[in-house]
Amino acid sequence: MSYTIEVNGVRHEADVDADTPLLWVLRDIWGLTGTKFGCGIALCGACTVHVDGQARRACVTPIAAIGTHAVRTIESLHQTREGAALQNAWAALDVVQCGYCQSGQLMSAAALLAANAAPTDADIDAVMAGNICRCGTYSRIRAGIQQAAAALHGAGQPPSSAVAT
Amino acid sequence: MSALVSQVSRRTFLGTSMAVGGSLLVAFPLDTQSQEDAAPLPTPQAFIRIDPSGQVTLILPYVEMGQGAYTAQAQILAEELEVDPAGVRIEAAPPQEPLYASPLFGGQITGGSGSLRGAWMTMRTAGAAARLMLVQSAASRWRVPAAACSAAAGRVVHVATQRSFGYGELAADAARLPVPRTPRLKQPSQFKVMGRPQKRLDTPAKINGTAVFSIDVRPPGLRHAMVTASPVFAGRLAAVDAQGALAIQGVRQVVRTDNAVAVVADHTWAARKGLAALRLEWDEGAAAGLSTADLLAAADAALDRSGLIAAETGDVRGAEAAATSRYEAVFRLPMLAHASMEPLSCTVHWTPQRCEVWLGSQILARAQRTAAEAAGLPPGQVIVHNHLLGGGFGRRLEVDYVAQAVTIARQVDGPVKVTWSREEDMQHDFYRFHNHSRVSVGMDGAGQPVSWRHRIVGPNIMARFLPAYQKDGIDLDVVDGAKGPYDIPHVLVDFVRNEAPAGLSTGNWRGVGATRNVFIVESVIDELAHRAGSDVVAYRRALIRSSPRTRAVLDMLAARPAWTTPLERPTAQQGRRGRGIAVFEAFGSHLAMCARVLVAPTGAVRVEHVDCVIDTGFVVNPDVVRAQIEGGINFGLSAVLYGRITVAGGRIQQGNFDTYPVLRMHEAPAIEVHIISSGEEPGGVGEPGTSGIFAAVANAVFDATGQRLLSLPIDAAQLRPVQA
Repeated sequence: MSYTIEVNGVRHEADVDADTPLLWVLRDIWGLTGTKFGCGIALCGACTVHVDGQARRACVTPIAAIGTHAVRTIESLHQTREGAALQNAWAALDVVQCGYCQSGQLMSAAALLAANAAPTDADIDAVMAGNICRCGTYSRIRAGIQQAAAALHGAGQPPSSAVAT
Repeated sequence: MSALVSQVSRRTFLGTSMAVGGSLLVAFPLDTQSQEDAAPLPTPQAFIRIDPSGQVTLILPYVEMGQGAYTAQAQILAEELEVDPAGVRIEAAPPQEPLYASPLFGGQITGGSGSLRGAWMTMRTAGAAARLMLVQSAASRWRVPAAACSAAAGRVVHVATQRSFGYGELAADAARLPVPRTPRLKQPSQFKVMGRPQKRLDTPAKINGTAVFSIDVRPPGLRHAMVTASPVFAGRLAAVDAQGALAIQGVRQVVRTDNAVAVVADHTWAARKGLAALRLEWDEGAAAGLSTADLLAAADAALDRSGLIAAETGDVRGAEAAATSRYEAVFRLPMLAHASMEPLSCTVHWTPQRCEVWLGSQILARAQRTAAEAAGLPPGQVIVHNHLLGGGFGRRLEVDYVAQAVTIARQVDGPVKVTWSREEDMQHDFYRFHNHSRVSVGMDGAGQPVSWRHRIVGPNIMARFLPAYQKDGIDLDVVDGAKGPYDIPHVLVDFVRNEAPAGLSTGNWRGVGATRNVFIVESVIDELAHRAGSDVVAYRRALIRSSPRTRAVLDMLAARPAWTTPLERPTAQQGRRGRGIAVFEAFGSHLAMCARVLVAPTGAVRVEHVDCVIDTGFVVNPDVVRAQIEGGINFGLSAVLYGRITVAGGRIQQGNFDTYPVLRMHEAPAIEVHIISSGEEPGGVGEPGTSGIFAAVANAVFDATGQRLLSLPIDAAQLRPVQA
């Protein structure tokens, strides 16, 4: 069956079964490989995308469920305020190691900041617990989120748990 | 792999300016006397390409799997070459031994925390040689002495007249000059790039979705396949009914090999659905009844067999007989999976004349040879492209998935990407196998150890993986650190080989021998200190007599607030708090680590804080050191808290992150890393964080609960307070 979906502001078409997860359409058919495959059952968060601004795991989101909702992937995250601030923070703090989980981390973090401008550590834990990092960059991810939040909303509170130097 | 490295280090660092050049051939016992004559020429062209525009491309043999290897190698080359690392392009080196072999391992291998040490030994001279050749070519054009010129920021300047050439203008001429045999290296006081927290060169692409991992490649005409191999160890594929699979939209063909079947499709989901729709018959074979209980029994039985002696000093038997008291414990470590975030994949385009392979490998030249063998082609006709690795941890040191993909690709027209599901990746791993140890200590009247006997049971990984890393049939890695940094007069370390059954593959897991032995040694020492009524720092310190650097990291740790600040008393509802340490040398680095835990009334352990002091010799990039220790600690914590691979019916029982949980954000401790500056040769940092955390946490749990952990992962039931 033919589906036409808006991804990053561009319309894309795919002729696939209805149950095909968005993840594989993005990667294999449309060449948007920034969204990653990690587990296939929504346990690791590597496949996180935005659907109408909400974080979704693309590995369990069937293409048929998208309809006219707008999809955003890591490739256009820089176009959002939260995304750009997070990417700046990630670069400033050298968050990444292998980097494979980081598309998903950034997408989850951007959705968090869009919904919650000043997340506490508990807020960060609750949202980001769904994104696994095997390289263990968690404390830098946390610091990156807090740095981005501070940059977006003016210097105010210092980060509640900075990376120790 | 500390033992071998220190052996090589002593020999190659004779004369500091004589670091061996870019085509080091041999890692293993070099003949000291003939070493200077045998030192091969640096080969700058292997690592550096400068095009006429001046664009510098660095060709890097150590692959980037998160450990910062690209950045560190670029800093090393850029420093001696005198260019700004921010402007360089990076290429993964093609497979070519001995040109790109690591001096530590004798092969083109990224692992063993050896990227920086290897690059330090071979790539400084390559960069310096290139610089000298560029300077000489400019000096020749100006008809001035080379000594009248200097190089900086990609240009050669004639100091007196301030005339200059960019490297791009000189490169072609420079390449024709003879390579200087012993180029003078910069002194640390002259470093502009090394020793600074240089920003990672791979960060930009990894945060905007453009970084290409091997699972991301898409050559034109690509088909996507998913594969499943026998779920039972060493089983064979008996029959395949492909009818259901072939009826699925997008499925193109079903490919059989002798122990696996793959579905090739237009996209991975169709391939996955196709796999699920296959009706498969497996000839399960002899392993079909195997269980974890069998594996544990075999490892325990091995504890009582006679072993090969790995180390022996003094008279252990006599000292044991004379000892005032004794302590003995058996430690049992479980099977562990690697579970990198990027599941395994390999993309292959096979034709009868040529084979092209896209992959992410820690061992590229071996991968090429393996691909060539599976392709039925000479290696010269096998083109291999390496990529960023979404985690290695030792799994991508193996080449099984490469041979499998080539075998499948021979039956497919055009390029095919063979992707493993997470379940396939977890169930066809090269596991860290069961490792058992029996440690027997004889103590004197003051509770000091006078005899130390450590019997090690485990597979001999090196016999298969790197045979030269053995001595007299003993895997040198598995016995590495078997008595720790402690001076004990009578020592016997022996090794009893206990292999996994056929079809259950075993391999290298982050921290390898050190990850195994530091947990055991530091747990025993901690217990001895407790029994002697001693402070755990003082007890260790008194026994560390031959390694001032190890003593220094212990002293520094013991002076820091994480150790000295009184523990905040938790409420009864919160549980019990404790603190524990581990001190060790591994991979050329010296570490002391302190973990603080809170053990809930349920027995659940929360690691609240980890403090680490590290002396890793000269630090090329301090931020990378911190990141590797932080990450290594968190990687190890997954295993401390959860990691356990079990077997039933000859199959691996875990398959995904539900049954094989790993550490998540909310469980990650606060981590502080203090780097001691020392002028020593650089050590490795990719693994020691992992190696140390097991004991630091286990000793903290003991401090909190009085329970000594003899096996992992932590069993909460064991830690519940005993009801009166």
